[in-house]
Amino acid sequence: MAYNKKAAEDYAAKNNIPAFKGVFANSPQLEDIATKQKRKLKSSLEDVIKSSGLKNGGTISFHHAFREGDKVVLQVVKKLAEMGFKDLTIAPSSLLNCHDGLLEFIKSGVIAKIFTSGLRGELGDAISKGIMNTPVQIHSHGGRVHLIQTGEISIDVAFLGVSSSDEFGNANGSHGELSCGSLGYAKVDAAYARYVVVLTQDIVDFPNYPASLSQDQVDAVVQVDEVGDPSLISVGAARLTKNPRDLLLARIAASVIENSGYFKSGFSLQTGSGGAATATTIFLGEKMVEKNIKASFALGGVTGSIVDLLKKGMIEAIADVQSFDVDAAQSLRDNPAHTEISANEYANPSSKGAYVDRIDTVLLSALEVDTDFNVNVLTGSDGVLRGASGGHCDVAAAANLTVIVTPLLRARMPCIVECVNTVVTPGKTVDVVVTDHGIAVNPNNVDLKKRLVDARLPVTTIEELQKKAILLAGKPDPIQYTDKVVAVVRYRDGSVMDIVRQVAS
Amino acid sequence: MRLRRSMMFIPGANAGMLSNSYIYKPDSVMFDLEDSVSLTEKDSARFLVFNTLKENLYGDIETVVRINGVETPFWEDDLDMAVRAGVQIVRLPKTETVEEVKELEQRIEKIEKDCGRTIGDTKIMAAIESACGVVNSVAIAKATPRMVAIALAGFDYLVDMQTSRSSGSEPELFYARAAVLHAARAAKIDAFDVAYGNVNDEEGFLREVEIAKNLGYNGKSLIHPRQIELLHKAYAPAQKDVDHARKVVAAAEDAEQKGLGVISLDGKMIDPPVVHEAQRVLLLAEHS
Repeated sequence: MAYNKKAAEDYAAKNNIPAFKGVFANSPQLEDIATKQKRKLKSSLEDVIKSSGLKNGGTISFHHAFREGDKVVLQVVKKLAEMGFKDLTIAPSSLLNCHDGLLEFIKSGVIAKIFTSGLRGELGDAISKGIMNTPVQIHSHGGRVHLIQTGEISIDVAFLGVSSSDEFGNANGSHGELSCGSLGYAKVDAAYARYVVVLTQDIVDFPNYPASLSQDQVDAVVQVDEVGDPSLISVGAARLTKNPRDLLLARIAASVIENSGYFKSGFSLQTGSGGAATATTIFLGEKMVEKNIKASFALGGVTGSIVDLLKKGMIEAIADVQSFDVDAAQSLRDNPAHTEISANEYANPSSKGAYVDRIDTVLLSALEVDTDFNVNVLTGSDGVLRGASGGHCDVAAAANLTVIVTPLLRARMPCIVECVNTVVTPGKTVDVVVTDHGIAVNPNNVDLKKRLVDARLPVTTIEELQKKAILLAGKPDPIQYTDKVVAVVRYRDGSVMDIVRQVAS
Repeated sequence: MRLRRSMMFIPGANAGMLSNSYIYKPDSVMFDLEDSVSLTEKDSARFLVFNTLKENLYGDIETVVRINGVETPFWEDDLDMAVRAGVQIVRLPKTETVEEVKELEQRIEKIEKDCGRTIGDTKIMAAIESACGVVNSVAIAKATPRMVAIALAGFDYLVDMQTSRSSGSEPELFYARAAVLHAARAAKIDAFDVAYGNVNDEEGFLREVEIAKNLGYNGKSLIHPRQIELLHKAYAPAQKDVDHARKVVAAAEDAEQKGLGVISLDGKMIDPPVVHEAQRVLLLAEHS
């Protein structure tokens, strides 16, 4: 048969299908043998930004796996400012104290809008005082993925710092000198951003495995001096805390889980970070060993204390969206039972199956809990943004047993209050509140209350705890706000849960 | 019978600790108006401790107030506050003579009368902090029926003795420990061993607990809540002792029900002190 070139072109034209224009017509990157393999490798951050097609008013994103050690956000925003960009939306998975430097770029108009899970430090202070014209949108970790999927967060360029990448964009956070562990949040950005940039100090030989971010998602790779300082990732006590109050809280919390009815072989858990959470994990681990109760999997936010239980064989598997310390990052690299998962797999309410859906018991902290069991993890007792939504409302909504651990008072401010400043996690999703002055069980959970009372745990009511806090600390004066909305708290499904107002100066 | 294993010090001027420390459940708590309170805070500490006592936050925990010494201008106001607020025990620091105790006792009685508190309700604990105090400890322990316990305080004592704290078996404290404990036992009252200052040294603390426990001390003065659980664990009886104590107490109850004057277990006669000790073991087990 002869080549029906003309007929093929006619058919294409008639049916509105592209006609063949040559093998490289739609893949010009392959035409030059000398450059095709290195085509993603950019010479500088400026070069990569130019290639990205980012425009004023566009949206850029970042992940926060390096936590307080992150060096990507400011590096990139500074460069964008130098290049004259304005009115950008930044959509990092979260912001921490190390991002205070963004303030000058908000003032100068480089940044006009923010989506984030958390706000703290000087940045939180300034935003609470009304520095931004557009309210910050606060989302949960699962809720962020939902907002990305619905298009509300439409990422033009994702700048993703990794500890190792090859020149083609196969990248991970578990290998290389500056290892941060899981790239669970970045995986979502890589999947959905229009243009994906990988930044790394360490460009390794192709192919780089494991490829947490895969070459088919990555547009550009750029070598930078530093993406982050892993020594500043750790958010939890690596060893058992010596704080007697945290130890007390942890002992009670571990006993609550032990007697909750869910503590049996095959159960699953998430315990989070911080002194009390780490201690609870250790105490719970002792009970698991003593009673030979093995967990099917642990989820998180993974710390060394969870990794220890994996090593001891008391946990079968770890699903890791974020590694909270060096032990967790090393375990992710070395232990096949320790798996990296994306934020979509972790907690997105509109994914076809999130790991949180399968959690039996979760331990979470709080800045405030009110007598309706609503939890605030975002605003301080002064009304200022100084926390993060994180996975709090995601896992509380999905877990069978949600345990909130908080001291009754911090310094002289009550943490059990009549009404929280800001609702992040609705009380309906909270089962029990553990304080150093007693345990309050949500009245909806009659069976749990009976089990804890039968176990002779110090069960009281949330109202009694609230009264006790007032007795000890007195009633704080109400916080003074203006009418201006500075932040909007989005529930995991994208709905508006609460708003945060400007604190009156 | 009351357990006095742990007596935790709380600085009287620290509102946060005063309002919260009962969560750690020591057997006794000592609100300090003396050494931990600076001269400029004596009044506010007294006020804070008064309110803490009046709120009855500490429930079943025995309350002690350490007043300033009788040689200071503060002790009478301290005492007035403590007795009126209903404290269970007044601790007299640096006790050296029976006369000091008598003076304290008279003053307490007057305040009790003035405020309508039952005479004799307020108990006394003498702290022995000098060679003179150690030498007079028998007389001090027996000075008044209000005296319920005597406590050895190591820091000032060792200064007075021109020595310092060592590790290991602590020979520098040996005589004082033995003397004060004998004084307490002779007077049929309780005895507290010295506080251990290095709160981060659990090993050293437990070594010292072992010395005090083996000598026969009821417990120790503590300066950090973290030491409470360690101490209570160290004082917890072994399971075999608990099992034996249960049998002894059951035999005693059985004998009482049957109206028998003599208690016997497994064919052996049991003396009343053995029953008393068994009850103490069970109490320790219950609170460990």
